[in-house]
Amino acid sequence: MRSQSFLFLPLFLFLIYSGNSLAAKAPPFTLNGDNGSISLKQFRGKVVYLDFWASWCVPCRKSFPWMNAMQAKYKSKGLVVLGINLDDNKKAATAFLKQVPGKFTMAYDPEGDTPGKYHVEVMPTSYLIDRSGNIVYSHRGFKKSQSAEMESKISELLRKK
Amino acid sequence: MEKKTLSLIVVLLMMSACSTMKDMSNTVKDSLFTYEKVKPWQKGDLAKEDMQLVDDGMLNYADEHIYFSKEAATGGKGVGGGGCGCN
Repeated sequence: MRSQSFLFLPLFLFLIYSGNSLAAKAPPFTLNGDNGSISLKQFRGKVVYLDFWASWCVPCRKSFPWMNAMQAKYKSKGLVVLGINLDDNKKAATAFLKQVPGKFTMAYDPEGDTPGKYHVEVMPTSYLIDRSGNIVYSHRGFKKSQSAEMESKISELLRKK
Repeated sequence: MEKKTLSLIVVLLMMSACSTMKDMSNTVKDSLFTYEKVKPWQKGDLAKEDMQLVDDGMLNYADEHIYFSKEAATGGKGVGGGGCGCN
């Protein structure tokens, strides 16, 4: 039994580290936004915090004030917070946003094509995309206790030109 | 003859040790059931309050805690478990 678990150790380590840093090109997309279409391309040169959310997802709700704060704090340094709503009915999203305002760029994907491309496994999932369009970090779920760590990752990435 | 087959089935079932669905191979699952995997972003309806088995969060927490403390040896709810070596 002991030797068996020893065999799994490298696998676990691989899973832990591969989850944290996957330097891959962020899959492109074009979606409807609040004013016209939104595509990832248009944010090239900026750091993008891409967040997949839905109105029924409780931790998503909790993440909104933090994302608003991040957008306000780092906008001048080149951060774009981009929320992709995944409700199949946009009305649900609109009702949610009335309660919990999202002061950042919003896009709507009722068909749910984009999360498939990004291999979203839990709600919410967020991706940190660098200025040249690479996913450098992904995060599952939202916990207030982890948000400081994410903020330091964002500011670190913003410092890189 | 029938008894023999029956006992053979029982023995085979016992050999599989854990008889829950998750331990079946995918091919067995696919041949027995046709189902579509629900994507994480398609769980809006499941998240509704009237879709919950126990809609009281605290009660649910207490229920699960008691259940887990009683059934931990068999794996309880979710992950973990002990003994059978298949978790």
